[in-house]
Amino acid sequence: MQKMKLVMVGNGMAGMRTIEELLKIAPGLYDITVFGAELHPNYNRILLSPVLAGEQTTQDIVLNSMDWYAENGIHLHLGKKIGRIDRKRRVVEAEDGTCAEYDRLLLATGSNPFMLPVPGADLPGVISFRDISDVEAMINASSQYRRAVVIGGGLLGLEAANGLKQRGMDVSVVHIGSWLMERQLDEPAARLLQKNLETKGLKFLLQKQTAELVKGESGRVCAVNFKDGDSVPADLVVMAVGIRPNTALAESAGIHCDRGIVVNDTLQTYDPRIYAVGECVSHRGVAYGLVAPLFEQAKVAANHLAEYGIGRYEGSVTSTKLKVTGIDLFSAGDFVGGEGTESLVFSDPSSGDYKKVVIKDNKLVGACLYGDTINGAWYFDLLREGTDISQFRKTLLFGQHHLGDSGHGPAEHVAALPDKAEICGCNGVCKGDIVKAIVDKKLFTLDEVRAHTKASSSCGSCTGLVEAVLAHTVGGDYSAAPSKKPLCKCTEHSHDEVIAAIKDQPLKTMRAVFDFLEWKTPDGCASCRPALNYYLLARWPGEYQDDAQSRFINERAHGNIQKDGTFSVVPRMWGGLTNPRELRAIADVAEKFKVPEVKVTGGQRIDLFGVKKEDLPAMWQDLSAAGFVSGHAYGKALRTVKTCVGAKWCRFGTQDSTGLGVKLEQLTWGSWMPHKFKLAVSGCPRNCAEATIKDFGVVCVDSGYELHVGGNGGIKVRVTDLLCKVETEAQVMEYCGAFTQLYREEAHYLERTAPWVERVGLNYIKGRIVDDAAGRAALFERFKYGQQFAQVDPWKERAEGVDAAEFQTIRITA
Amino acid sequence: MSDWIAIAKFDDLPRMGARVVQFDTVRVAVFRTSSDEVFAVKDACPHRGGPLSQGIVHGTLVTCPLHNWRIDLATGEAVQPDRGCAHTYQTRVEAGQVYLRLAAGKSAAATESCASHA
Repeated sequence: MQKMKLVMVGNGMAGMRTIEELLKIAPGLYDITVFGAELHPNYNRILLSPVLAGEQTTQDIVLNSMDWYAENGIHLHLGKKIGRIDRKRRVVEAEDGTCAEYDRLLLATGSNPFMLPVPGADLPGVISFRDISDVEAMINASSQYRRAVVIGGGLLGLEAANGLKQRGMDVSVVHIGSWLMERQLDEPAARLLQKNLETKGLKFLLQKQTAELVKGESGRVCAVNFKDGDSVPADLVVMAVGIRPNTALAESAGIHCDRGIVVNDTLQTYDPRIYAVGECVSHRGVAYGLVAPLFEQAKVAANHLAEYGIGRYEGSVTSTKLKVTGIDLFSAGDFVGGEGTESLVFSDPSSGDYKKVVIKDNKLVGACLYGDTINGAWYFDLLREGTDISQFRKTLLFGQHHLGDSGHGPAEHVAALPDKAEICGCNGVCKGDIVKAIVDKKLFTLDEVRAHTKASSSCGSCTGLVEAVLAHTVGGDYSAAPSKKPLCKCTEHSHDEVIAAIKDQPLKTMRAVFDFLEWKTPDGCASCRPALNYYLLARWPGEYQDDAQSRFINERAHGNIQKDGTFSVVPRMWGGLTNPRELRAIADVAEKFKVPEVKVTGGQRIDLFGVKKEDLPAMWQDLSAAGFVSGHAYGKALRTVKTCVGAKWCRFGTQDSTGLGVKLEQLTWGSWMPHKFKLAVSGCPRNCAEATIKDFGVVCVDSGYELHVGGNGGIKVRVTDLLCKVETEAQVMEYCGAFTQLYREEAHYLERTAPWVERVGLNYIKGRIVDDAAGRAALFERFKYGQQFAQVDPWKERAEGVDAAEFQTIRITA
Repeated sequence: MSDWIAIAKFDDLPRMGARVVQFDTVRVAVFRTSSDEVFAVKDACPHRGGPLSQGIVHGTLVTCPLHNWRIDLATGEAVQPDRGCAHTYQTRVEAGQVYLRLAAGKSAAATESCASHA
């Protein structure tokens, strides 16, 4: 069968990313032809600034080499500008007469620099800043001439000015506005930026409107005249006043354009055979100029070109960083604010720090940072997720540090870090490694950096830093992850969409989930299978059949796998209480199975290390006979209830904290959770059981019980929020069960209560647990219903022969 | 044909799972995929020796339980951008019986794929 023909007009980043995505998911579907007006293969336009500044060469920024096109069988026509599309015959024609037929046409014509319509705009020495030839012209000029004027004090203009300054020119920036980068910065931040750039030697002429470019004796531009009568000498004028979507070709072919080629959510134009991506596109009235949204478009367009027909582009929230070495700034969303908004501002001009966040209805709607930008990624997340920030409003300006931050100190400027600075403590990855990978492997996204360097791929606490390094390295046009985070690479659907589908459809088997939600892989992956197994188990207790092969080994073998492949065994000790008989039984087991190490855990249990997998069932049999059940120390499950001694012995104790802890553990043990889940009960506000860093903590007081939620130790210490105060033990049990069930039903798999509470907001949780008595009772009922299926000791079952093969090695001797 | 060793009944292999077969000299993970294909790989991840037999099986890949490397069961190769290769062994299934050929280093596919990283 003859292949379909795909023709792409435009050989830039968005278009080529579409082709790459297409080749990944449907190689060989199309015969592909690419027309590029420039003489270069696809290069990274974002990095023109470093090339101009002499930090990289044009060769460094090539994304797809000529060989790459050849290897992928793509017909590449360079230096050929398409002049006509014949939609009836489905042919495009270049200005030199070259023709190509298409079944599908992809327009990726990008944008044109906007040239001010003033006298002299066409003089020699007047250029734009858009492509490699512009950069070459600027580099040439810098070696022959001295005085440069950049018209436009936006992102691009400042990068051009900085580059020309680095090349030794005397540079003035002319800007019509009263401060720089007014689309990205507010006035105070812009003043700091201007001051910093002035110390680098740049000059600024603000609130100046260009009237005319003056022709010198040689015929070349020699000065810029302003409307107020002033003038500034210039041997080179760079116009960087903006870009306009390049729609000339599409318009001449009668395709609907309105400040961009108009496309729908599948990136299709009004001609269904013609798609468009990139800066030339207008989607829901917005034309994007940053790389992250364009790559999101590319992914969706490729999916439809591949005839998969899933995925929609629903627009992006963007953020900005400036690529000028030594300057850190960040802005996102509505950073100016207006009616109905409030602004929180921190300003320290002498140290060059400025932070502003804009809030509307308890949600972050914009941020503008200068100097210390390490929290940019966090603000961007809060903005996209629409998180209720009322509970941490007071500390919001000071960033995520109030959550604790192990490994890396406060407010480090990524730009200032040396290459040897360790960014990822789990995997020992230094800043230099990450920068090298980003440059060498041409990485753009956090996921790509994770795959190539392993940085931020384990505990995730350094994610903000890695994003900052990424942003600083690829610079201006980087913006964080897409607006919607898919559950994993097997699907386009988010956790919330999957949870909703399982509940509403209803879906009761994993196969049904794969089929209904059109999973892209035949049987998922190591990320989604455990998540789906949990969601199904939590939603359909007693109906869904737990799938052992979709569980991580710890939960399949009911022990913690250690680095040498042995397992550790932690018997449950209710509320941390034990007695001589139990201790004797543990000692006997430890000796009988030659356990190499015995340790007391942080959760008041005893851990037996170094047990061979084959020995587990026999060991469990002995422990079971002594009355022990599994401690679930290995699972995304209820772990431990830690207690202090309480009123029974302690002279300060106000309530029976130990007894309550035992009751809570008997209520909650065995339940599977999105992540590990810990409880504690302290007998008085001295809080010896550390209840305020637990998922659910009880602090006894004379008049009753304070209930605290959403705390954890670990990577990022988070102190709990006070949920409410109750008077009786029965109430503690009900609130605990209801909170646990809400978390089980609504949190994302592998999301602990701390980030969950921050994501949905404490007010929401109070609304469900404290204010809604009927809802609380219903949650508690659902929890208890599920527990009748969950409270079966997995150790006893396996000691009696369940899953025997899992634990047996086949031995073959010669 | 004498070097084919009977190791297990096909039905004793869990679907989308593995069994460990301990020979005198080597520990081999024998996998059965969701489409009932059988593969045998040395039970040591090329990264840090993690027991691949204990990983989650998806498609024809297994994810190592220690640091989430993904290993292609057919070739033993780590999925890019990780680089490394676990030794693979030939298997066949006949009349419900699974056979494995130990012939260390002789399996053409395995030596070829591993050689590129040697």
